[in-house]
Parts: sequence; structure tokens; C-alpha cells
Amino acid sequence: MKRREGLAKLTGRERYVDDLVIEGCWWGATVRSPAARGKIREIRFGEEVDWNEVVVVSHEDVPGKNTIALMEEDQPVLAAGYVRHIHEAVLLLAHPSRDVVRRAAAAVEIEVEEESPVFDFRVPPEADQIQYSDDNLFKRLLMEKGDVASALASAPLVVEGVYETGAQEHVYLENQGMVAWEEDGVVSVQGSMQCPYYVLKAMREALARDDHQMRVIQTPTGGGFGGKEEFPSGIALHAALLTLKAGRPVKLIYDRGEDMAATTKRHPSRVRHRTAVAEDGRLLAQEIDILLDAGAYMTLSPVVLSRAVIHAAGPYSCDNVRVEGKAILTNAVPFGAFRGFGAPQSLFACERHMDVIAQRLGMDPLRLRRRNLLRDGQSTATGQVIEDGTDRLEVLDRALELSSFHQKRRAHITFNGSETFRRRGIGLATFHHGAGFTGSGEVYLDSVVHVAGLPDGRIEVRAASTEMGQGTITVFTQFAADRMGVDPEDVLIAPPDTSKVPDSGPTVASRTTMVVGHLVEKACDDLREKLGLSPQATGAALREALGHWHAGHPDQELLGEGRYEAPPGIVWDDEKYRGDAYGAYGWATYVAEVEVDLRTYTARVVDFVAVQEIGKVINEVLARGQIQGGVVQGIGWALMEECKWRDGAMVNNQLTNYIIPTSDDVPPIRVGFLETPYPHGAQGAKGIGELPMDGPAPAIANAVAVALNKDPRVIPLTPERIMSLVETS
Amino acid sequence: MKLLLPTSLEEACGALKDHPQAIPMAGATDLMVHWPSRFEAHEGTYLDLSAVEELRQHRFTDDALVLGGSTTYWQVMRDPRASREFPLLLEAARQVGAVQIQTRGTWAGNIVNASPAADGVPVLMAYDAEIELVSHRGEETVPLSEFYLGYKKMRRRPDQLIRAIRLPRRSYEVEIFEKVGSRQAQAITKVGVAVTHSEAGWRVVANSVAASVCRCPALEALLGHDLPVTTPDHLLPAIERDVSPIDDIRSTAEYRRKVLARVLFWALKEGRGRNRERARR
Repeated sequence: MKRREGLAKLTGRERYVDDLVIEGCWWGATVRSPAARGKIREIRFGEEVDWNEVVVVSHEDVPGKNTIALMEEDQPVLAAGYVRHIHEAVLLLAHPSRDVVRRAAAAVEIEVEEESPVFDFRVPPEADQIQYSDDNLFKRLLMEKGDVASALASAPLVVEGVYETGAQEHVYLENQGMVAWEEDGVVSVQGSMQCPYYVLKAMREALARDDHQMRVIQTPTGGGFGGKEEFPSGIALHAALLTLKAGRPVKLIYDRGEDMAATTKRHPSRVRHRTAVAEDGRLLAQEIDILLDAGAYMTLSPVVLSRAVIHAAGPYSCDNVRVEGKAILTNAVPFGAFRGFGAPQSLFACERHMDVIAQRLGMDPLRLRRRNLLRDGQSTATGQVIEDGTDRLEVLDRALELSSFHQKRRAHITFNGSETFRRRGIGLATFHHGAGFTGSGEVYLDSVVHVAGLPDGRIEVRAASTEMGQGTITVFTQFAADRMGVDPEDVLIAPPDTSKVPDSGPTVASRTTMVVGHLVEKACDDLREKLGLSPQATGAALREALGHWHAGHPDQELLGEGRYEAPPGIVWDDEKYRGDAYGAYGWATYVAEVEVDLRTYTARVVDFVAVQEIGKVINEVLARGQIQGGVVQGIGWALMEECKWRDGAMVNNQLTNYIIPTSDDVPPIRVGFLETPYPHGAQGAKGIGELPMDGPAPAIANAVAVALNKDPRVIPLTPERIMSLVETS
Repeated sequence: MKLLLPTSLEEACGALKDHPQAIPMAGATDLMVHWPSRFEAHEGTYLDLSAVEELRQHRFTDDALVLGGSTTYWQVMRDPRASREFPLLLEAARQVGAVQIQTRGTWAGNIVNASPAADGVPVLMAYDAEIELVSHRGEETVPLSEFYLGYKKMRRRPDQLIRAIRLPRRSYEVEIFEKVGSRQAQAITKVGVAVTHSEAGWRVVANSVAASVCRCPALEALLGHDLPVTTPDHLLPAIERDVSPIDDIRSTAEYRRKVLARVLFWALKEGRGRNRERARR
């Protein structure tokens, strides 16, 4: 099936929030902190602006709690006399002219009495830098299996390594933006977002209103990648506060520079491995320390850390594992959700480290992986017994075959021996990604989907799950049409609007197809049951039954409901971090072939193979697109994308100087799927949204290591960094 | 903003006489990038040259290729004769932004924007371009290699416009252009170099390694004396004398120096220019 909203996007007819024409709408702007930490001493309003024309909102205008409700109530909607990072929102302005409001924002001067900030998350804070608890740690997690200490003490070989990854900007095509208005006592916000009910929750706290006095609507969203998971809650509150004070609709749209400077990024990480190995390559013990830079507020850092910890030991069988994770405060713009959500960081370290171990053992890295990859019946680091019927060795073999791994490796020896300034290498990563919320998360979410049977015989799927380019509308249509035996044309997908759709949970964590899709199916079954239809009844019978029902129940709604129930046998201990961390994992092997040009020290990916087992491919074009897009984002993170910081703020906040790959920087990406249906996912599917973000960076770094016979430990591997690698022996 | 819209060169010069603070604007590809964030720019006066027909066309004379003051990259790219006789112009033009920029951006605009990273300027300079400046007071011709006086400083009075860029027609034995950006396309140059060799001698022009695009006399002398250069490092002392790169948001001084040596060394060694010359015949 073709993407349902594809044509509108292709032809430019789609209307994003900035395209909405709203009568009498004013423009909003945000005045931000110039300092990384300290008390706001004075705010001066420049004389070049006629302030009588400008609506000014401060923290005093927040009717409820001055907090962006998420995990911890630490991040204010607007700074109340104290700031913890550059670009923190202090004031909001509104004016009929976009130009004037921007000038007005620039004319406000905020004077801060600066206190000692922390910028390097790797350096323990001094006493005067402590700002959270007594150690600046937002979260510490410990996960233990077996007895690591004795295994390390008695091991024939212990291999150590420290690995670092940088921040990454989402670069969704559409910048953040929101419009708000008040009508008949109802405050509505509409804009670019992944999670309408997160926004509603934040409004409930800060605006101190009942749910029926608020409404959140998603506009077509030009990409999210996690950047529109929690961050839009803040902008929505800002737009709402402005509209309440201005008494008219207000639009708040970030331009690219503001978006890149002031919004969340992927958490920078440092991961240390100590691994005990037997001479035959068996992993005897894995001791892993993870440190994440959380930035100035907690946001979602504890759960990002959780996913990093759970994935840190890789898809391997090892009896003794100890992972300690810490997310620490710095006075940087807060880091937040980003595709992969901690797993790319810890899997980079794990998979690069596997090659380092192989090198130390003098063993082929393929053999090392083959020896340790999980077999059915063995358990992960959390003690979760994997018995999903997937042959993880077959995933590896398919990738090797598709990439001609062995032939290329041989050819590279000849190539590198005869070439003057070009070097080639091939590398791989074997990895996994847990789909859906961690542990009991899905139970707490208690997600609900409705499928309405309409009087005209069509059905409408009502869910808060959003389309942001990944295909929600299309796959939900497929699920409903298949389940009800109707034509896809007769399936409507309701736009996510909290006044109309139930809370099917956030559109995150690779959960929409697998988890929410399954709820679409359950809601279809429920509708069928309410209509007294047999499982065999298809389109015509449904239409007829709906006609009858509505004739008998004028002006009433007929809703089938699907509510989440945990698959049987899932057990998770959130205290000890033991048990079934995820209902299902995607399994993958990615292979990267790189060429390094020693004239410019530039690494280029010249071939890429991505093979994964994902339960069931629901829509091949969309699935392939997800994988290829993730690989491109991974190539960027591995080789080019580097945030340059000054005092905790990104200074290369333009697309001229923050370098993402162009189509010319991306090789052919060959995608292979293996399918072992997951019984609790829609049509057997497992989540795939984040999986492709995990593998490219380690595969590429491993290939660079082979090409140069060097040992890269830090990404992005920019030319400048490769130069240092090559020049230092 | 105030916009002046002359329809002839004479009118344009008159307008600059009356509005000496006016900023001449051709493709506006640089001016518009920062438009939303630079409020002071909104108050400015601009001299829009798009209706001055006589600045637009480029032409060949017996001894020169003459680019107009508002000739675009695209016009040169689409002219087989220009690409044949001055292949580096084509190579450089292809590296400027994307098609949208190539069709609007002008060679003269690239010169007066005076970015040290300008992609069009090194090849013009390596071809010994001269620029014809014109104003209500008369005209003067300045070699492009003597045009820049420092970072964004140049020998152009506010009332002067570039009427033409004149490239002498010569037979070149070596023609090299190397751009090192941060990715394959749509990148700002981190280090770049253009080299030519003709009966006029060697020309080595580097960008992104000094306050302006610049000739490299020490490197030119080194090449001219046929001294042994067997590794890239042999070029470093001359590079040290010729350029003064800095650490900035895009790269480091060390990277720029080293990579300039390396791309130059390998380009000369591979004789890319010579081979191309042969292939062309």
C-alpha cells in the first residue's frame, strides 16, 4: 500500500503549523538566558521598542505550577529568577508583526549574576557546582547478573576500553512550532509533536485547568526523531500562556537557528568496558560503566539511561554482567529523546569493544561474535530468556553474504598494499533493540485505541499515535482494513486531537506498529463483536451491520475498543533491573565498507548492508525507508555531525556548519529482512523505528579501524579526528 | 529597506554616487542567508543589479574571456567554450552550493563578498583575472590577486561596481582545483587550492587558509625552481610562509596546513591537470 498522505507531501499541499492561516493571529518570540547559571539580577527593555504594543509573559503569568511536567518537576516553564543554561526561556513576547516581535526579543537584556557552571560531564563537579542532590546525578542505575568481580579476577585475559560519542541534533525538516488560541473557555494548542497527551499533561499542571478546558491537536509533522517527544510540551505551554495574556491566537515558530540552539539533542556519552574473555573468545564477564551528559534539567534522562544500560552488554550470552549507569547534570541545554534513546551510545561502545577484544585475542571479529551471540534458551544481561525462534547466526550470515564480506576483506588487502593514499576497510556490528516501553512501562501507559463504526459503513481509527513521516497512517489503515476485511479506502484515520481520540500512548520507542497496531486489531475485533459479526464477515456484511446499528441508535457512536494487556509471562523487577526488559527485540547485523582518503583524512562509506529480523514486514517500502533513513542518520553521527559547544550552548547552530550527509555522502544501502513473527505484535511485527540508528556507527568505526590499522574510540570520526588517529602512533 | 533598481550601468553608477552607503546586490545568495537574523540589514539601501542587462553577459575577445559583473556560475557552466578553455571555472562552479545557488550566484558577487572560503575566487585568481571597476568618476583595472587587503577588506570604493572580470586566454599545462569541504556537496570549503601553469609561470591560490583568498608566492617559487618535492611535508615550509590558517568552527589550523600540503602534493604528482589537457585534445 502506498503512503496515504504521501501525495499531499509530495505536491506541497500538506499544511504544517507554520502554513496555517489564522485570523488575528499574533506572533510569539522567546527571550532566552545569555548565561549558563545564576540569578537573574535585572531585565532591561530596550528603548527602541514600543513596549505598549508588545505582550510580555513572565513566570508570574503561569497560572499553575511553574514546571514542564515530565519526570521531575525541575524544569520551569519560564525561569523564575534563576537560570541553569544558556538559551533557557525567561520571557515570552507577542506582537502582530513577526518582524517586530523578533526585534523586541533582541532588545531585551537579561543580566545574570553568574555562578560556577559545569560543562564537562566527564569531570567530577566541585562543591560549588553541585546543583542536584549531593552529586549532580539525576539517576544512577545498577544492573547485575552473576559474579563479575570473581570472573574478572580469575580470567585469563581482561580487555579494557573507553569509548565516547557526541551529541547529535535531530534535524527534522520542520522546525518546532505551535499555535494556541482560546475559545469558549477552552485553550487549544496545535502544532508539530509526537505525543499529544504529553502536551496535555504538561498543560494540566502549568495552566491548572481541567481536561475539558484544554485541547491538543497535532498538525502534520515534518519529522520528529524524538526531538518532538518531550520538547513540544514547553513550546505548547509558551504559546498557551501568550494566547491567554494577549487574548488572541498566537503562533510560536522557531527558525532553524533557534531550534538548533535551544532544543534537545542526543546525550553525549562515555562508556568504559572491562571484559573478561577466555582464550577461545567466550565472554566470561562484562563490567560496563556508562556516563551520560544530561544537561541542565532531567527531561527523560533516567529512561534514556535505562535503555542504554539494558542494551550495553550487546546481544551476547554472558553469565556475569555488571552495568552501572549514571546521568549527570551539566549546565548545557538539556539533552533529550533521540531515536535509539541511549542504546546507540552503549551499543557503539559494546560493538567497537568487541573488535578491540578480537584484536587482543588475535581472533577474527566474526568468530568472536559467532561464539557469543545469544542462542534461543540463553539469557540477556537482565536475565531475560530469549526464546523467540530467531536464528541470530543466520542474521549475521545473511549480512556477510549480502555484503560479500570475505571477498571484500581479501580484496582490501591487495588494494591497501597498492594504493598510495586510499585505504579501505570493512567492519560490522551485531546488535539488538528492544521494542516498546521498557519493563512495566507499557502496563503503566495503559494505552487505548478506538475504532468507530460510522453510519456510512466506513470505520475510523482513533488513536493519539502520530504520523511524523514514518508511516503511522498507512500501517494503521493496513491493519484495520486487513482485520475488518474492508477496502483501505473505507478506513479513516482520525487526526490526533485529545478532544476526539483516546490516549494510545506516545509515538516513541518503536512501539506504534507493534504495540498500538495490535490495539487497532483488538479494537477492530471488539467492534466486530459489538456488531455481532462472525470472524469471517467482510466488507459488505460490515457495512450492512453498521447501517442497521446506526438506524437503531440515532446520533450515537459505536466504538470498538482495544486496551493494552501485557503478554502472558512477562515479569520485570524495576528495583533490581531483572527480568523481561522488553516484549520483543529486533536483531540485526550491519556491515559498512569505508574508504579513507589520506590526503584529506576523510572517511567515506562506500557500501552498506543492513540485515535485520523484525518479526514481520508490514509495508516493505516504509520498512526499507525506516532502515535506510536510520542508517543515514547513523552515518552522520559516526562521521560528520558534531555539535560545537561554548558554555553549554551549541555555536554551530546552522545547517552550514552542522554537517549532515547529503545524498552524495551516502552509499547504496542494501536492506535485508528476516521474519519470525512476534505473536503479540500487530500481524507479527516488532518495532523497527530505532533499530537502524544503533548499528551504523560501530560498524563504520570498526571499518575505519581496519582500513587504517588504528583504534578509534571517539565519534564522530571527522577528518580532523582521523588526522590525529593517523598522525599519532 | 530601500531598493534602488537601475536599468543601465550609468544609472547604477549614478545611484551609487547619490547613495554611497547602498549595497550592490546581484544574486543576493550571501546577503539573504542571514537576512532573518540581521535586523540592521533590513534598514539598509540596496542596489539591485538584476535589471542592468549589460552586466549580465559574458563573451570571448581575441585575448580574453570577459565575465560580466552579474554573470552567474550557471551561465559559465552552460557554455561549452568557457568550460573547455577554462575548465577550472566549471569545476569550481559545480562546487558552489546547489543548482539554486549556481543559477543565482555571480562570480563578481563572490569576489566582493570577500569570504576567505569563496569557491569562485581561487580559480579566477589562478587564471590571472583582472577586475574592471567602474564608478561615476571613471574606471580602473585591478589584478584580482591584488584586490584583497585583509579580512573582508578590498580595493573597492563604495561607489565602485565590478563591470567585468577579464581572464587572459592562454595555453595551460597544469590546471588543478581541489576543494576540501566537510562533505561531498553543499559544503563550505575547509581548505582549497587552485593551481595553473602556463608561459606566465606558476599560480598557486589557496582559500580558507588566510584572511582572504590569496596567492602563495613561496609555493609558486618552489614549483618554479623544480626543487625536489618527494613528500607532502616538503611543501610545509613554503605553506608556512604563504598562509596563516586559524582554528574555527569548521576546522583547525593544523588540519588546513597539512591537508593543503597533501592535496597539492598528490594533485601535482598525479598530474591531473596535464592529463586533463591531453584528454581535452
